[in-house]
Amino acid sequence: MDIGSILSNALAAAIGLDTIIYALAALGLNIQFGYAGLLNFGQAAFVAIGSYGIASMVTIAGLPFGVGIVVGLLASVLFALLLGIPTLRLRADYLAIATIAASEVVRLLARSNSLGAYTGGSNGLTGFAEGFYDLNPFPAGTYGFGPFQNNERTTWIFLVGWVLVALVALATWAIMRSPWGRVLKGIREDEDAVRALGKNVYAYKMQALVLGGLVGTLSGFVFSLGRAAVQPDNYATAFTFFTYTVLLLGGAARVLGPVVGAAIFWVVLSLTDGLLRGAIAAGWVPDGLMTTTQVGQVRFMLVGLALMLLMIYRPQGIFGDRRELALDGR
Amino acid sequence: MRRAATALVALVLAVMAVVVGSSAATAATPAPAPSASEGTTAQAGGAAAGGLVINARVRTQEGDDVPGATVDLLQGGAEVSTAETDAQGTAQLQVPSPGDYVVRLDVDSLPAVAEGLEPREAEISTSVQEGLGRTVAFRLSEPGTDTGAAASTGDQVLQRVATGLRFGLVIALGAIGLSLIFGTTGLTNFAHSELITFGALSTYFFTAIAGLPFLLAAAFGLVASAAFGYLNDRGLWQPLRRRGTGLIAMMIVSIGLSLFLRYLFLYVFGGGVRTFPGYAGQAGVQVLPGVLLRPLDLWTMGLSAVVLVVVAFALVKTKLGKATRAVSDNPALASASGIDVDRVIRTVWIVGSALAGLSGIVLGLQQGISFQMGFQILLLVFAAVTLGGLGTAFGAVLGSIIVGLFVELSTLVIPTELQNLGALVILILILLVRPQGILGRAQRIG
Repeated sequence: MDIGSILSNALAAAIGLDTIIYALAALGLNIQFGYAGLLNFGQAAFVAIGSYGIASMVTIAGLPFGVGIVVGLLASVLFALLLGIPTLRLRADYLAIATIAASEVVRLLARSNSLGAYTGGSNGLTGFAEGFYDLNPFPAGTYGFGPFQNNERTTWIFLVGWVLVALVALATWAIMRSPWGRVLKGIREDEDAVRALGKNVYAYKMQALVLGGLVGTLSGFVFSLGRAAVQPDNYATAFTFFTYTVLLLGGAARVLGPVVGAAIFWVVLSLTDGLLRGAIAAGWVPDGLMTTTQVGQVRFMLVGLALMLLMIYRPQGIFGDRRELALDGR
Repeated sequence: MRRAATALVALVLAVMAVVVGSSAATAATPAPAPSASEGTTAQAGGAAAGGLVINARVRTQEGDDVPGATVDLLQGGAEVSTAETDAQGTAQLQVPSPGDYVVRLDVDSLPAVAEGLEPREAEISTSVQEGLGRTVAFRLSEPGTDTGAAASTGDQVLQRVATGLRFGLVIALGAIGLSLIFGTTGLTNFAHSELITFGALSTYFFTAIAGLPFLLAAAFGLVASAAFGYLNDRGLWQPLRRRGTGLIAMMIVSIGLSLFLRYLFLYVFGGGVRTFPGYAGQAGVQVLPGVLLRPLDLWTMGLSAVVLVVVAFALVKTKLGKATRAVSDNPALASASGIDVDRVIRTVWIVGSALAGLSGIVLGLQQGISFQMGFQILLLVFAAVTLGGLGTAFGAVLGSIIVGLFVELSTLVIPTELQNLGALVILILILLVRPQGILGRAQRIG
């Protein structure tokens, strides 16, 4: 077992594509759940809309990828409005069920044969990312140092991704200390009190949903461009559950919580993955106990267990403040 | 804190113990290839070694793989390549270049397993892009049970009503427990789907691996489900309630538990769809003019209906049933009037889990057993419970029948692949119009 390469892979995962995707998705979720207390379990749908926005516009309609970005953002706002109008007045548990159903509707539509002409059906779409990589300012070569060495394409998407993460984090920090952000946190703490102060709670919730959804859509852009492929089952409910784990790990209602959470999450998963695979390859695992296929399944079990334990023992995560969590049923 | 931790560990160990037992036995049977919908790790058919490939999958309606069937690849009417399905019912057809193709199932080559079955369509058109494989699926069924093109609309409606009722009863069995658990404890239990799956998996373990006759195995499966539900409550939810954990926090815990159990099932059971031995490919019989159902379906529908009536009777007439409804209505008041709330909650967990297990067994008989069979119908169960009114037992049954009928009848208008979508849209719409559900009491839910 090559401990060195396993460790270096795990380190590289700290800034890797998955970390960027989940950091952005969790930053969006942080606005909705962390600050506004909205239990949105449909974040995967916003990510899917971003991914398919680019993929469908470029592959099917043959338009430049900039158009895909605009379409993705507009579609995301539209979806947030459609989702928010019936659900935002509901109690938290109803909201969770309704949003999870809506995100499955989006996925089922994307993988259906009826819409296959626009979405590629269950096989998804490929070959739409070249417009983005044509803008790559890096000449061919290897960039970086130590475990963080990548070719020019990966370096380009990493750069764009981390710039997006930084901008979103900065924007979150700025708006959450503005009067608007204070009202949002007030809604999380006591909706009726805010309503009594004459604020339109419904409108604030809707704005938070749209804003968080837009950030999720950014995550979808990085997802589709980084993988250069979209596949509908990547946007299943598991994506949303992973995002919640990331957010709760780092700490909800903290600006950098999602970013740190995503980095730790993927380092730990990469490490356990590498160690288990290494142990199987070295023959340390008895026959019939675990195969390399099953290593991928252990990952999901670990995430499920982590989500339970976090919620039971440390719901505020690493950096959070327990008093700032919207966890009491209202 | 410590109590909750030991309890949690005990629960996990208990699950492991059940599961490892079957794991050893599972290793003996060849594990089927993971299904394409296996979480986020799924890849599109992919360019396998040696160029482009179309995977043709041949299965019966019950989910049995059909080996030894010949599949041809045609382009412009000329045969390009041919292949035979393997033990997993999959044939790999080599594709020379991207383009439009027709995949044809040679009906005469169907083996004895598929005796008397017909594909819904013997030819499927597909197009292959550079670098991307395709998967096409042939589904075999008894002539007439599928959306037969020849059947008249009236007959189709009747047939859909029959299968809708069949599906609705399965949902109802799962929904009662979910609704009562919500009513008595306030927990929105996303791990309820795993209780459904557990019933089918444990029965499969007792019949296919331990070799018991099916009915005995099903009885053991129900007992195992009830015990599993009890352990769930005793090991996890009761300690959490005692700590005063918030409802939202408990809901997120249940999502974690659901994810953990589902992938534990996948780890042990594998990604394939299996059937209870001896219950595949039963021929349909004419029940009413135009309505074909298997004798098996009639039995399970009758059994489900009887069980539901018994549960309803118990809720209305027995002391414990009345206590359950009282706790569901107002736990504090029930407790003050001398009802042992803990005992009621324990009973609800045990009975609710056994009913969920029964729902899983019946569902397994209808469409095969897989690690995510419960999760696949979870949102429909939620839709049914919400439609009927969260927390009410009778509402849950009513909502389930409506959802079952709606899902099946909607296929007369929309493609079958989108049938669940209609129910989910209904779920969102009902929340807009009457959020408390049909039988729910109007209260503040916003």
